[in-house]
Amino acid sequence: MNRRFAWFSACVCFLGTVSLIQLTQAQAVRDYISIVGSSTVYPFSTVVAERFGRTTAFKTPKIESTGSGGGFKLFCSGVGVQSPDITNSSRRVSQSEIDECARNGVREVVEVKIGYDGIVLANVKGAPSYELTREHIFLALAKNVPDSGGNSLVPNPYRSWAEIDPALPDMSIEVLGPPPTSGTRDAFVELVMEVGCEAFPAIESLADDARTAACHTLREDGAFIEAGENDNLIVQKLEANPTALGIFGYSFLDQNQDKVQGSFIDGVAPLFESIADGSYPVSRPLYSYVKTTHVGEIPGIEEFLAELTSDAAWGDFGYLTDRGLIPLPESERQMVLNAVQGLENVNLAQ
Amino acid sequence: MSNRRQSVRDRVALGIARRYRRERNFRLLGLAAVLVGLSFLAFFFLTLIGNGYTAFLQTHIRLDVELSASLIDPDGELDPQTIGRANYQGLIQNALRARFPEVASRNELRELFALVSPGAAFELRDSVLGNPDLIGETMDLWLVADDDVDMLIKGHIDRSAEESQRRISDPQLAWIEALEADGRIERQFNHRFFTAGDSRDPEMSGIRSAITGSFLMLLVTLALSFPLGVATAIYLEEFAPKNRWTDLIEVNINNLAAVPSIVFGLLGLALFINLFGLPRSAPLVGGLVLTLMTLPVVIIAGRAALMSVPPSIREAALGVGASKMQMILHHVMPLALPGMLTGTIIGMARALGESAPLLMIGMVAFIVDVPESPLDPATALPVQVYLWADSPERAFVERTSAAILVLLAFLLAMNAAAILLRKRFERNW
Repeated sequence: MNRRFAWFSACVCFLGTVSLIQLTQAQAVRDYISIVGSSTVYPFSTVVAERFGRTTAFKTPKIESTGSGGGFKLFCSGVGVQSPDITNSSRRVSQSEIDECARNGVREVVEVKIGYDGIVLANVKGAPSYELTREHIFLALAKNVPDSGGNSLVPNPYRSWAEIDPALPDMSIEVLGPPPTSGTRDAFVELVMEVGCEAFPAIESLADDARTAACHTLREDGAFIEAGENDNLIVQKLEANPTALGIFGYSFLDQNQDKVQGSFIDGVAPLFESIADGSYPVSRPLYSYVKTTHVGEIPGIEEFLAELTSDAAWGDFGYLTDRGLIPLPESERQMVLNAVQGLENVNLAQ
Repeated sequence: MSNRRQSVRDRVALGIARRYRRERNFRLLGLAAVLVGLSFLAFFFLTLIGNGYTAFLQTHIRLDVELSASLIDPDGELDPQTIGRANYQGLIQNALRARFPEVASRNELRELFALVSPGAAFELRDSVLGNPDLIGETMDLWLVADDDVDMLIKGHIDRSAEESQRRISDPQLAWIEALEADGRIERQFNHRFFTAGDSRDPEMSGIRSAITGSFLMLLVTLALSFPLGVATAIYLEEFAPKNRWTDLIEVNINNLAAVPSIVFGLLGLALFINLFGLPRSAPLVGGLVLTLMTLPVVIIAGRAALMSVPPSIREAALGVGASKMQMILHHVMPLALPGMLTGTIIGMARALGESAPLLMIGMVAFIVDVPESPLDPATALPVQVYLWADSPERAFVERTSAAILVLLAFLLAMNAAAILLRKRFERNW
């Protein structure tokens, strides 16, 4: 036993030394691209990264799924090997984030708009399909809605879709959606709730703060259920609950078209074509932001951007469309491509 | 007097049936509790195995691929760069066209080409690079099928469903059935699941990079937490005076063992990454964080093991003139070591299954390349499970379950080793 212990401790000490030696080399150069950001862009970014790693001599980039906001926080933390080279976002960068970046020395950033993602309201196949307008959705999901006279705001009284519009199915309102930390939720609120509430004079007449609150606040009485960031989970819950609707990204509808059906919104079904031509109203652009100063420092950034903006990837028949990304129109692709090749700085005024 | 004694005996006799009944019920209650627990476990395992076992098989399509020299190596110089850049996708597409010459329109061809995984071309490239003699020959190859085809063959996509309701179109279904009738579709052992890193094509994805990441992390954790934990346990148990300071330390160690693991992740982020400047997503940082987490477990187990060594052994050693260090190293440690190792293994098993602290230090990441050192970016097995569970592709469902099964197998092996060690070496006085 004694000798065994000696042997064991020698082993442990050896391992400890090895890791210490490694530790001293920690400050070495990074030879792979580091990408952070939105979990919505993650499925697309990873496909490009994998292709890039397999077809070039560069290492496969590392991609962390941190959410859009978390991505900017890391991205703007500074310049150098410690900070990420690219951040993905399911919304445009905000002025405050640009300012934060500039404070930490990140002044030169290229914006790459990579395509669109649709947000769908879906329910299980076999249940009645919904033809909704954004006003319907607002009335179903807002915490406070105008009363029947249309004058003052009252706590949402609607229990069933048919109460909102007799043409809708007589089913109780039950919508599963993402939590407030999610970019999908932000986009849903902005593209659906905000537009939906514009139709009501009672809200339009409110002061700015009160109007924003009225438009943005979702009900908390059980009709809207926060189902977590995992869109697969929402699809599974829809299968188990035929009366519920779920809010998630188009790519999950695309993958599960045998299980769930998308609802019409403002008369348009969530199809690849209708999102691509802009007629489906609830779609948002997806972006990647790249640190120009890292080009040349970290190997492969320019080549990665070339792969991302190649026709094989983001083109009308590119492999990203197989994953549910809705491509940009040809002319817009050319514009983005020019900006990327010239490494033009992001300009929010455009 | 006797009357009263009689009545006590009667009362006992009267009550005895009731007491037996109550004891029986009590026992049944315990048994029921065990059964409820077991049925949960059985449900858990049955779902996992039911969902996951198909991931260990992968659908392949047999095609005659012509490795024409004019397309792969037009100059005939066998330059690896030229060979590496050739259009292997095109070769596979030619093979598919040769098998189904009637397909002509561009859209139909697109659907036909989608039957074979895009990863098959990379595998073909690697095998040609590894053996350039193949160039010019026509190979009879089993190529890995696309995940949708795989799901259809495994019965997760309903063939009788309407065309719009499945991800396989009618013409694709007809081609697949023609290939099946030809014996050109087969399910083979999915070796990629164990030899490949993560991939966005489910059929090409594997757990190797996650397992390597977990292994590197545990190596760091073991190398740090075992010596530190044992030294701490020995000092506290054998040398430290009993005073307010050691009491405080003891309370803190017990407290740390119960702290939620995410807190250690935050600590690791602030300390190792922001202050020391270690790289994000590195197994070294993961290992350091897990060390913080397992250290209290190792210390507590180590102290318990030392405490169980009877004082007579210490006194006897000191009595024949051994120094305190000799007493500890020669007599106490060998007897306490099995207990310490058991505690360490259980701590490591907990560390292996941990994902929350890794969220904070950037190990929730898409990692394709297998990490080679503790500083390469890596992910861990539980994190891989989380990432796959969140992926839209249907084929990742079975892979998620399969990865959980592998994780459970590792945990089972570690816990079994701990029990074995205890059974074999532990001594009772």
